[in-house]
Amino acid sequence: MPPFLVLDGLEKSFGRNPVLRGLSLEVGKGEVLALLGPSGSGKTTALRLIAGFEAPDRGAIRVGGEDVTGLPPERRRFGMVFQHYALFPHLDIAENVAFGLDGRLSREETARRVAAALALVDLPGFERRRVGEISGGQQQRVALARALAPEPRVLLLDEPLSNLDPSLRERTRRELRRAIERVDITTVLVTHEQDEAFHLGDRVAVLHGGKLHQAGSPEDLYERPATRFVAGFVGRASGVVGTLEPDGTVLLAGKGGPVCWPGTAAPELDGAAPGTAVELVVRPESLALQPPGTPGALTGRVTERRFAGAGTYYLVLLDSGEVEVLAGASAAQPGDEVAVAPADRGPAPRIFRWQNSGLSASVPVARSLR
Amino acid sequence: MTRRLPLAAVAVALLLAWIVGYPLLMTLVEALGGSAGGGGWTLENFQQFFARPDEWIALWRSLWISAASVVLAALVGVPLAFLFERTEFPGRRFLGAVAALPVALPPLVGVIAFLFLYGESGLVSRVVQSVLGLAQPPWRLAGPGAILLVHAYSMYVYFYLFTRAGLARLDAALLEAAASLGAGRTRTLFQVTLPVLRPALVSAALLTFMTSLASFSAPYLFGGSFRVMTTQIVASKLNGEVAMAQVEAVMLAALAILGLWALRRTDRGAGSTGVRGVAPARRVLRSPFARLGTGALGWLLAGVLLLPHAMLLLISLVPPFTWTTEWIPPVLRLSNWAALVSQPEKLRPVLNSLWMAAASTAAALALGFAAARLSVACKGFLSGSLEWLIALPWAVPGTVFAVALATTFGVSQPWLGRFVLIGTPAILPLAYLVRSLPLTGRGSIAGLRALDPALEEAAASLGADRWRRLWRVVVPMLRPALAAGAGLAFITALGDLIVSIVLYTYDTRPISMEILSSLRLQDLGMAAVYSVLLMTASAAAFLLWMRGEAR
Repeated sequence: MPPFLVLDGLEKSFGRNPVLRGLSLEVGKGEVLALLGPSGSGKTTALRLIAGFEAPDRGAIRVGGEDVTGLPPERRRFGMVFQHYALFPHLDIAENVAFGLDGRLSREETARRVAAALALVDLPGFERRRVGEISGGQQQRVALARALAPEPRVLLLDEPLSNLDPSLRERTRRELRRAIERVDITTVLVTHEQDEAFHLGDRVAVLHGGKLHQAGSPEDLYERPATRFVAGFVGRASGVVGTLEPDGTVLLAGKGGPVCWPGTAAPELDGAAPGTAVELVVRPESLALQPPGTPGALTGRVTERRFAGAGTYYLVLLDSGEVEVLAGASAAQPGDEVAVAPADRGPAPRIFRWQNSGLSASVPVARSLR
Repeated sequence: MTRRLPLAAVAVALLLAWIVGYPLLMTLVEALGGSAGGGGWTLENFQQFFARPDEWIALWRSLWISAASVVLAALVGVPLAFLFERTEFPGRRFLGAVAALPVALPPLVGVIAFLFLYGESGLVSRVVQSVLGLAQPPWRLAGPGAILLVHAYSMYVYFYLFTRAGLARLDAALLEAAASLGAGRTRTLFQVTLPVLRPALVSAALLTFMTSLASFSAPYLFGGSFRVMTTQIVASKLNGEVAMAQVEAVMLAALAILGLWALRRTDRGAGSTGVRGVAPARRVLRSPFARLGTGALGWLLAGVLLLPHAMLLLISLVPPFTWTTEWIPPVLRLSNWAALVSQPEKLRPVLNSLWMAAASTAAALALGFAAARLSVACKGFLSGSLEWLIALPWAVPGTVFAVALATTFGVSQPWLGRFVLIGTPAILPLAYLVRSLPLTGRGSIAGLRALDPALEEAAASLGADRWRRLWRVVVPMLRPALAAGAGLAFITALGDLIVSIVLYTYDTRPISMEILSSLRLQDLGMAAVYSVLLMTASAAAFLLWMRGEAR
């Protein structure tokens, strides 16, 4: 897919506080890109730079080959749906939707386009309603209709669902997805919710600390996280700390002697020498509980059991870290001694360079290996 | 988007500085002997001021009258606010609105109404005199007592409205927390409710103090030889003691700024928790005795408050010299109103005031809004200066501004930005404009700050340029605030006496000056007709303002 929207080395600071440190991304025509990250990651700033509400300190934004970096927002022809929708309370629904339409259109043509935009979001006949009279979910859809009515080149969505009740979110998300597919518009959306990013985004870009950590399909991010941050932020994961073996496995300390667990190395470990302190990051479904004494397993104690309907999660304290294991509802009780081993399901564990500020593992390497 | 802003902001700031800050500065300069006279700098004028005891006394009286007005207004306004906001009884909503009415009466009109009611030949005085069989009127409506009476009547509304707003914002959970910690009703009142209300009370005190310090109509008509600073300044000005008037203006401005500073200082400290809770439920009065008592008290209060309005209407129907010794006027006719319509000389002041108020309000609206928008959009020194210049005419009494404008625009020094406007039709609208700026500008600033920036961004992303965003989004959203500010500015200008008495010319004499001359000619009916006109316009603007507030 040839890139349509290009972000090229965007940098932005507020005062002395750098918010974006060289963000480069490409979005294909008709592609939906989700910018995912925790608060303060720079994702909202990135969206505001694209929209033109802020100017980047360095870098460029191009759309279909045209450099729009210096264009004011009103001349970019980008549609935006705001977090709190920003519907004009003094105008009715039709006037809101018609706001971005060319003022030279005939009255009939304007009405026709407004009706079409409202039909697109399943709100036909809502023209004469007031903004205050409709529900939050409907306001969200009006905001979408208003953004789409002028037929923008790019659609921008700022946390489009965060203002809705959790019960409404999933349904609205499906409707949003369908509406975007129907118009087939290049879209950038910002969210801090992984579910939202995975559902809506063809591709997801994970931002942290003003930097792009990884951009790829949801499967890429989940199964092959590029950085330790992505591994922890996208999906559930826990880490155990050990050392890298010559064959690429990880040597872990255990009560009955060290064991080796396999995993795939992250790009950052290219050329790392054996003996390097590493963290093996593993999804709960990639681990299994075994009877104590199983060969190749690590022994630990269950500290917490969390029933989550489809499965039950067990926190097990090992010598090399605390791990979360997905197992049957009656597999163990808190206080039980169990063995944990890699399961034959789930994505392969991922190996990262050990950083003492890691998210979950906190056991010093030196002690655990002696 | 931001390139052209600073230039526009500088231009507006300079314009504001020229009409607001510069005249005050020129007054200080000339009081110190600089500029126009050609003489060198000297403190001689100030030495003269300090050498004259009557100047000192006027300064002291301004101070204590203002302080006493604050106390009296609080004593009336705060209990009323508790009554109407915390208890439920029949007629509460209507009576609660009536209780805010005195604020809508232009000061001069209020004073005239009091004169007609409680003056030597006022209706109430006559009734009391004849009921008690007295040879003399039971009291004289003059001196500090009369001034304080009028101040308490018109200014308790500040305490009333601010306290009610504060009580409505009060989080019921605070009172419940106090109760669950074992505090009784009295302890809760003094240790929770009143401390939480403190910002509202301080604001009301500040407003009362400043209004009272600047008050002119009551001291002018009731004070007689009891001079406060405002009447002292006007007396000096009318006596041709220009330098003394300038020094007095400087001293009054200093007193106002000192008062502002002192009251602002007490406002530091505990703010709100930032959590907006649910207002506590009103206490429903169940005992029939309490309901009846409260209701009767409320209606009595409404009667007292509405009496001045009714009285003006009544007097406007009394033909000249037909009401002599009777309790109530024997003849009621529309002849005064007919005279207003049929005699161009009597209609003239109304037309004068209307066009001058309309022109000054339109200009104040445009300038105040522009300054507010630029102040909110800019940062730093420029933003601060704009906001400060908008607020300055609020802090400095109108009489001071009148003297300042007379000083600055009484000579022709184009290279110093001084032109002769005194004696021209332009001076009064200019003076009204300056006085109206805080009314239109401060409301605009508050409205713009409260406006969600995403709305303008949404408009921009939909292709709306700067002007379209302004007209289609910002102005419509701010319409209630702008209408309220414009309404207040209009009635303030329409009924103004404070600056008019110093700056008016016969050809552009405003309503207030015509009321004074009607009084002097004992033509009470015409004075009442003009007062009713002002009263009606004010009530309309007040309703507009209330609707804006209710949004």
